[in-house]
Amino acid sequence: MNDITEGINQAVNLIVTLNPDVMQIAGLSLYISLSATIIAALIAIPVAGFIHFHDFFGKRALLILIQTLYSVPTVVVGLVIYLMISKAGPLGFLGLLFSPGGMILGQTVLIIPIMMGLVISALGGVDRGISDTLVALGATGFQKIIEIIKEARYAILSAVVLGFGRAIAEVGVAMMIGGNIRDQTRVLTTAITLETGMGNFGFSIALGIILLTVALIVVVILNLITSGLSHDSPWIRGGSQG
Amino acid sequence: MIRIEHLSKEFNGTKILTDIDLDIKEGEIFTFIGPSGSGKTTLLLLIDLLDRPSSGRIIFDGQDTAVSEAKQLSIRRRMGMVFQKPAVLNATVAENVAFGLKFRHIPREEIGTRVPEALELVGLPDLSGRRAPTLSGGEMQRVAIARAMVTEPDVLLLDEPTANLDPVSSDLIEDLILRINKKFGTTIIMSTHDMIQGQRLADRIGVIMTGRLVQAGSSSEIFYQPAGGEIARFVGIDAITGGTVTENRDGHALIRIGGTCFEALTILKAGQRAALFIRPEEVSLTPSESSSGKSSVRNQFTGRIKKMVPSGPFVRVTVDCGFILTSLITRRSCTELGFMVGTPVIAGVKATAIHVLPDRDGTAGGQ
Repeated sequence: MNDITEGINQAVNLIVTLNPDVMQIAGLSLYISLSATIIAALIAIPVAGFIHFHDFFGKRALLILIQTLYSVPTVVVGLVIYLMISKAGPLGFLGLLFSPGGMILGQTVLIIPIMMGLVISALGGVDRGISDTLVALGATGFQKIIEIIKEARYAILSAVVLGFGRAIAEVGVAMMIGGNIRDQTRVLTTAITLETGMGNFGFSIALGIILLTVALIVVVILNLITSGLSHDSPWIRGGSQG
Repeated sequence: MIRIEHLSKEFNGTKILTDIDLDIKEGEIFTFIGPSGSGKTTLLLLIDLLDRPSSGRIIFDGQDTAVSEAKQLSIRRRMGMVFQKPAVLNATVAENVAFGLKFRHIPREEIGTRVPEALELVGLPDLSGRRAPTLSGGEMQRVAIARAMVTEPDVLLLDEPTANLDPVSSDLIEDLILRINKKFGTTIIMSTHDMIQGQRLADRIGVIMTGRLVQAGSSSEIFYQPAGGEIARFVGIDAITGGTVTENRDGHALIRIGGTCFEALTILKAGQRAALFIRPEEVSLTPSESSSGKSSVRNQFTGRIKKMVPSGPFVRVTVDCGFILTSLITRRSCTELGFMVGTPVIAGVKATAIHVLPDRDGTAGGQ
């Protein structure tokens, strides 16, 4: 009990005084996970669109594969990426091992399946009648796809937010690819693991609170962006329409 | 305006439409009627080039529509389509109406004037800022019509536009359809399973049954001179088949069916086989004990009431006179005359109210 109250006191102190170590770790976490989220979204949304709007042989099998990869363990992704970018691996020449770049790569690979799968369901969730209506109104194939993606924007946003959540919360990739090197690749989750192991509960709790706060801020900002696009509030309407 | 030649559509080996031939004239209101699942929607989708026929052709304004997708798009952009279940996008009403113009790259200022005009047309000028998904069914359908009309199409297609609406909303939509046709001269092609609506709106009606266009003509042709027993039943007419003309004097004929003799007007000659079609509102019923039944009505048959089905303010009374006759009478008179299942009655039909066709077994039933 003492550990907890003391820890919370220390956490408040660290946060209020903007402790440089804590801020550096939080900043790096945010940088890596946001980068991974943006890169993953730029890949996942167009590919999901392609998969949704085309019929091809093996589509069902591909969807099942994508859904299976939702639950791929972070350490497995860590292992695979490690083997790819280690000195002897095929991408060894990039020198990404134990660098933030390598961690971004790992998290991107980790969250692409879940983002892609959820974007495909988001597009599939748009009423079939909408698609027919758009074509009947004289939309070209491209105009139709754009409007359907816009119609699914809330659900697509949820997919992106969930991807970000998985990236910033994971430890496996960050630990195996980053190596938890102080001031270089130490992020919130790896720092919490380390400090807890060393008995520095206050520091861990502070980092935990910050981790949640960072997640909250990102989600709020992303929601504001989408509601700005459509002049109505996702708060009232439950967030994920269409 | 639109010429349909030998049009057929198959889907997964099932024939949905079979060999449709039809000419739709510029500026007319043409209504397809037929039971649910008869292929009306598929036909409208084919006309709007949203689906491709298995065989046959559709000629739009002299142009064959079996062309590249890009050319189909330019033809489709001359048409507007309103679906049975209107789908609105999660945007404002004005944005929904603007889509067709946006797709055609109409300048912003012009969109700004045409959208309010279209909303004015459908009587919803105040709703432009509302989120479309919050509208009622009737309002959505009117927005869908505004959305189709804002592009000033030559042809407006409507698939069962009032199927899911309350009577007040239906009336509004019907008025709107007539107004659009009159004001802009838009050719209107619609489908309905409501025969009365078809009769109210259409210049011409096409009856579709199990994928075939079985009759096309003016509403009075369809409703009073159906081309066959199946159509007659669909438009609510009793068909009495298996008759033979026994005598014909200047079109005034006697037709014998079983032990009963009917008087009717026909060009069929003595000896020819005939079927009789009688609209239920033309059949009068009187209790058989009252003697006042003797009137100008020549065809009088005694029978018993077999079935009574309420239908709004009316009751459909089925009478068994050795053959089946249906009469549509008001609820009030039904109560006043004390009609019940089993009541003996006299059913009367004027000779002029009987429509006579060659019997299908004898000669061809079609026109």
